[in-house]
Amino acid sequence: MGIHVIKLPDVGEGVAEAEFVAVHVKPGDVVSSDQTLADVMTDKATVEIPAPVAGVVKWIGPEIGETVAVGSEIIKLEVAGAGNEKTAEAASKGAGKEAAPTAQKAAETTKPKAAPQKASEKITAKNPSQNAPSSPAASSAITRSNGAAPKHFRAPDEAPLAAPAVRARARAQGIDLAFVHGSGPAGRITHEDLDAYMAKGPTAPTGGTMAPNTQVEEIKVIGLRRKIAEKMQDAKRRIPHFAYVEECDVTALEELRQHINKSRRDDQPKLTVLPFIMRALVLAIKDYPQMNVRYDDDENVVHRYGGVHIGIATQTANGLIVPVVRHAEANDLWANATAVKRLADAARDGSAKREELSGSTITITSLGPLGGIVTTPVINHPEVAILGINKIVTRPIYNDQGQVVPRKMMNLSSSFDHRVVDGWDAAEFVQKIRGFLEYPATLFI
Amino acid sequence: MTDIACDVLVLGGGPGGYIAGIRAGQLGLNTVLVETHRLGGCCLNVGCIPSKALIHVAEEYHQTQKNADGKSSYGIAVKSPTLDFTETMKWKEGIVKRLNQGVAGLLKKAGTKVVSGWGEMVDGKTCVVKTDSGTTKIKAKHVILATGSHSVELPFLPFSEKVISSTGALGLTEVPKRLVVIGGGYIGIELGTAFAKLGAKVDIVEALPAILPHYDKNLSKPVVARLQGLNIGLHVATKAKGLNKAGDLLVEDKDDKEQVLKADKILVTVGRRPATEGWGLQGLDLTMKGPFINIDERCHTSMRNVWAIGDVTGEPMLAHRAMAQGEMVAEIIAGEKRRWDKRAMPAICFADPELVQVGLSEKQAKDRSIEIVVGQFPFLANGRAMSMDDDAGFVRVIARKDNHLVLGIEGVGAHISELAAEFSLAIEMGACLEDLAETIHAHPTKSEGVQEAALKALGHALHI
Repeated sequence: MGIHVIKLPDVGEGVAEAEFVAVHVKPGDVVSSDQTLADVMTDKATVEIPAPVAGVVKWIGPEIGETVAVGSEIIKLEVAGAGNEKTAEAASKGAGKEAAPTAQKAAETTKPKAAPQKASEKITAKNPSQNAPSSPAASSAITRSNGAAPKHFRAPDEAPLAAPAVRARARAQGIDLAFVHGSGPAGRITHEDLDAYMAKGPTAPTGGTMAPNTQVEEIKVIGLRRKIAEKMQDAKRRIPHFAYVEECDVTALEELRQHINKSRRDDQPKLTVLPFIMRALVLAIKDYPQMNVRYDDDENVVHRYGGVHIGIATQTANGLIVPVVRHAEANDLWANATAVKRLADAARDGSAKREELSGSTITITSLGPLGGIVTTPVINHPEVAILGINKIVTRPIYNDQGQVVPRKMMNLSSSFDHRVVDGWDAAEFVQKIRGFLEYPATLFI
Repeated sequence: MTDIACDVLVLGGGPGGYIAGIRAGQLGLNTVLVETHRLGGCCLNVGCIPSKALIHVAEEYHQTQKNADGKSSYGIAVKSPTLDFTETMKWKEGIVKRLNQGVAGLLKKAGTKVVSGWGEMVDGKTCVVKTDSGTTKIKAKHVILATGSHSVELPFLPFSEKVISSTGALGLTEVPKRLVVIGGGYIGIELGTAFAKLGAKVDIVEALPAILPHYDKNLSKPVVARLQGLNIGLHVATKAKGLNKAGDLLVEDKDDKEQVLKADKILVTVGRRPATEGWGLQGLDLTMKGPFINIDERCHTSMRNVWAIGDVTGEPMLAHRAMAQGEMVAEIIAGEKRRWDKRAMPAICFADPELVQVGLSEKQAKDRSIEIVVGQFPFLANGRAMSMDDDAGFVRVIARKDNHLVLGIEGVGAHISELAAEFSLAIEMGACLEDLAETIHAHPTKSEGVQEAALKALGHALHI
């Protein structure tokens, strides 16, 4: 038997590190070749790490949420044959060697002897159940590289173990340390454990109706959520946004859309408003090329693109993703519709490729039926403009003859980077788009 | 009659009482402390401090005597030394006095008033003190009872000119030629050793089969060897029966045979009993626990706002326990949330060599069915011990087998009392063997023994 070391592969051009976002196996699992072991996330794409060979998972290095450098060891498999652990051996030797006896020790103590050892038996017997789902006590010891004694869980009658300063703080807060989990050696309760307990609050009493729920759940901001958080924070910090909202009469557009949808061929997708807006955007950009740019604000350079690469903000189960329809200027309505559908599906099922998730020059965001009246979208940095689409409602509108007529109205909520886009230009740009949408024939001239 | 109204009344100015007084004063409570004798209690006046002074002199004299006898290991020779015991006692008194004044100064600084006289509780809030200048009535919101303990007297050997307590022994004006000590506990062994070193012929009578019965046999072994080296007669499993006509002590040995131990002085150190009489306890009708006042984990008695600390509340009767209780109670009265949750209670015997025991002993751990690992390191292998010409003894660490939590640390050796702090700290902080083993212990010191003992328990000691 040998050890096959899996290192973090080069997951994309210029990517030096990736975040460990999911592990699908645990130590002790038998895996087949090509089975997905873990997911790592780079800039925006999630990359699956497959098992290169069949074997048994021995060791998983990074924790969920940890950022790992390309080339570092992430998983070790026990495989038939010699494995590939040669150069890596020296580095990992210490950990492996030390861990093995500890694991053995743990196994020994778990074995209850015939003699009456009530206290210790009770305690060691608890070990397995507490150690992560279904993993035996020994495997948890293996992941512990420092050879420390196995994790300890208090017997019900055992006094909690904590330094006097921790005890004093608990007393002052009226906390009974018996209810606090100790993460330190031998189950010692640390200041951090107490912090965590206080943040979580005491378990809400059960049985009572209408009792206040004081629970606070701790949810780690990791993976895609962290990327989104960073990206949004960055955009809001860097970009002085201004919003511009205009209403748009889409009665004619809707008539046209319905007509096309009725008469479309079976191989053509059903059209939403989005392909029309994409087309309008492309046409408006011809006159306002300063909106179709990527602004490198570190270098003070605006890269003005000939092609219009439209990011389509898409809600997925994990959060917001922005797939990119490349060269929308070369697409007709059908091509736009097809591209949007394909990319949205890919984004939702996680199969979108890296290049499909980057490189946009302007972005459209739509909440569909939840569109609301007005939004203030956050610009997809380093772009300088984003167009939000609100819901379509039929409203009474005075026509040119002063009559009240029902019209289908839709708001366009846009945000611009005020550093490089002036309000006047932005307003004209949106008016231009509005014009195309209100007189849809102009889209095709 | 003078009337005083206050927040806190402390009855007794021993280590527990005066600490409670200082802390309560520091916390801004209007506090009055009542003490009949000198401040500092038994500990300071007739216990810990004077006995350690005497032990120090005895050791100095003994070493000098050794050098005069040509027994120096390293070439020191002196002419036959003499001992002016009056000077010894004067020096000892000087230390006691300095500390008395120190305590008085600390109380004053804390703003705590001291009333000198015999106080008697009239009810749970009122104490009447007979002072030199009359009677003072003190009414307090809170009362802290810190009355301490007395030496136990044997009914057939009442204290007299000849039969003395430890207090009497520390007040002797000359070293008795023949001293019989009844009771081989820590007080008897400490004082017996000291007087032997000062030149007395000492016999120690212990009813149980071994001296220092509360300590592990391995721990007391080096002490026994040293007692024998000092030519002290050890009479274990032997009971004192009384005086014969000549005034010598009759004892009955383990085979029920009567023996006579010649004695100029007989020191009775068979234990201490709580001081529960003469100050109105009976009128308070507090719940008792055996001879002691029953307290809860906050040192609260069965009567509201009546607290009790120190020896009057039970074993272990140790000054540092009383002090910690006194501090705690003062803080509780001041409104802080506290309760007794100490893990480590060090016990020290200033025998030769010294013994320290903190936490569980090996036997106690086994009695509780805890699976343990034990690591022991002998001072024989410690450079500092050798260079101080005393390599007797060892340090032993007792830890749980499953998670290496240190349950107890004990040791015997010269000056090992100074290591007691590390033993206690380790246990109070919840240290594991790895914590001790991975802490650098300064070289060359005897404390290295603690690290080595922990390493030994982990299976990789370096120096043995």
